[in-house]
Amino acid sequence: MIPYGQHRFPGKLFVVEGTDGSGKSTQLMLLYQYLKAEGYPVFFSEWNSSLLVKDTTRRAKKRRLFTPSTFSLLHATDFADRTERDIIPPLKAGAIVLADRYIYTAFARDVARGCDREWVRHIYRFAIKPTVAFFFRAPLDVAIDRIVSGRPELKYYEAGLDMDWTDDAEESFTIFQGKILEEYDRMVDEFGLTMIDATRSIEMQQREMRRIVMSHLKEKAASAG
Amino acid sequence: MKEMRFYGTALPGVEIEPYPGKLIVIEGTDGVGRSTHITLLRQWLESRGHAVLDTGMTRSFLAGRGIKEAKQGHTLGRLTMQLFYATDFADRLENEMLPALRAGFVVLTDRYIYSAIARAVVRGVDPQWIRSLYGIALVPDAIFYLRINSAEELGTRVLSSGGGFDFWESGMDLHLGEDFYDSFIAYQKRLLLEFDRMMSEYGFRVIDASRPVRRVSADLRRAVLRIVDGKSAPRESNTASATPSVVAFETPERGGSSASSAEENVRH
Repeated sequence: MIPYGQHRFPGKLFVVEGTDGSGKSTQLMLLYQYLKAEGYPVFFSEWNSSLLVKDTTRRAKKRRLFTPSTFSLLHATDFADRTERDIIPPLKAGAIVLADRYIYTAFARDVARGCDREWVRHIYRFAIKPTVAFFFRAPLDVAIDRIVSGRPELKYYEAGLDMDWTDDAEESFTIFQGKILEEYDRMVDEFGLTMIDATRSIEMQQREMRRIVMSHLKEKAASAG
Repeated sequence: MKEMRFYGTALPGVEIEPYPGKLIVIEGTDGVGRSTHITLLRQWLESRGHAVLDTGMTRSFLAGRGIKEAKQGHTLGRLTMQLFYATDFADRLENEMLPALRAGFVVLTDRYIYSAIARAVVRGVDPQWIRSLYGIALVPDAIFYLRINSAEELGTRVLSSGGGFDFWESGMDLHLGEDFYDSFIAYQKRLLLEFDRMMSEYGFRVIDASRPVRRVSADLRRAVLRIVDGKSAPRESNTASATPSVVAFETPERGGSSASSAEENVRH
């Protein structure tokens, strides 16, 4: 097992992170369109997308079977399958892999649920270190407004209702997202996350993102050109 | 009552408190007769008035079915497999084993974390990573390792049990041999070696399982009786992890916060 930070692949891995409602998925989708139009081989990988694990996760969420540790471990299982199937092979092939949420999501959520910080980090030690990990930072009230106004009902685990902080979904979601944001903030230095101010216009954020991504693709563009 | 000790950091939300039950692990490679002995022990313990819970790998409500389905396809990656099993383990620990131990049951478990560790290490997974993953495990009251000397003997046992060679039990994912038999032998040899390595690390009580069932069963009963009746001297020295300095494991953490009581975690 090659530990985090020590893999060497010809491909590049860009990931987006941030609280719910930070606009990160929109930004990644715009980047994806751009890179494809520029002719790069791009592969897209989403959080919670392993087909092997999907049925178990769905059933567990529906029946509320998770505890903080099984929630953490099943998501790690999902991520391992993605790593072995969707991330390593394209990176070996020299493609660009774009990931919507990565290990930092697990670190933020699991620790917010009371898991031990070191234990969770150790579990994900097999993960590939991203070329750039973007952290779209939106103040708590902005992110919460976007989510709460955008959907009819908050889901049980999404709102952190399993933690019994409060019975009120919106209040629970606010507490949960606050803890998550705190964890993200402490990871900025720890993992060298690239912070993007998510309160600015979508266009401005996208320009900044493209500029940073392209600076890492330059050699590739030169040799292809 | 025995103090709860974990190999590493306890699960979040688990109240660390003394428990009246006993956690007894039956370990061993494929085909040594673990399930036979668990059935016999269970009947015997119940006839003596002890309440028994038996559990084993992939039997969790949460992940058992998912693992079985994933194994069907033979496309389970080695890290994915370890994590899926760890999920299954954590679910059974929190929702079956710990509540039963708190309620005073004798918990008999068919394999524990040691088989998972052996299988992972044989597949080239970092030994320290897999141990840290299972740091959430409770240190058992006793670990009986049903040991058989040779992989060849295991092979004949597996055959005579009628099931034939299984893809995963034969380590077919590792491409060690021409066919199921060759692969089984090569794979089980490696597992036996890993188990031997863990004997002193975890304080296995070794039972020679090459002997007739009756003899093995008598040994097990004698040893289990000492544990459930509390007649033995404290096993501190026999359990490697009782000392904080144990290799590859962190010092057990105490006084974790509690979010839910055992009752809430029991599924009816």
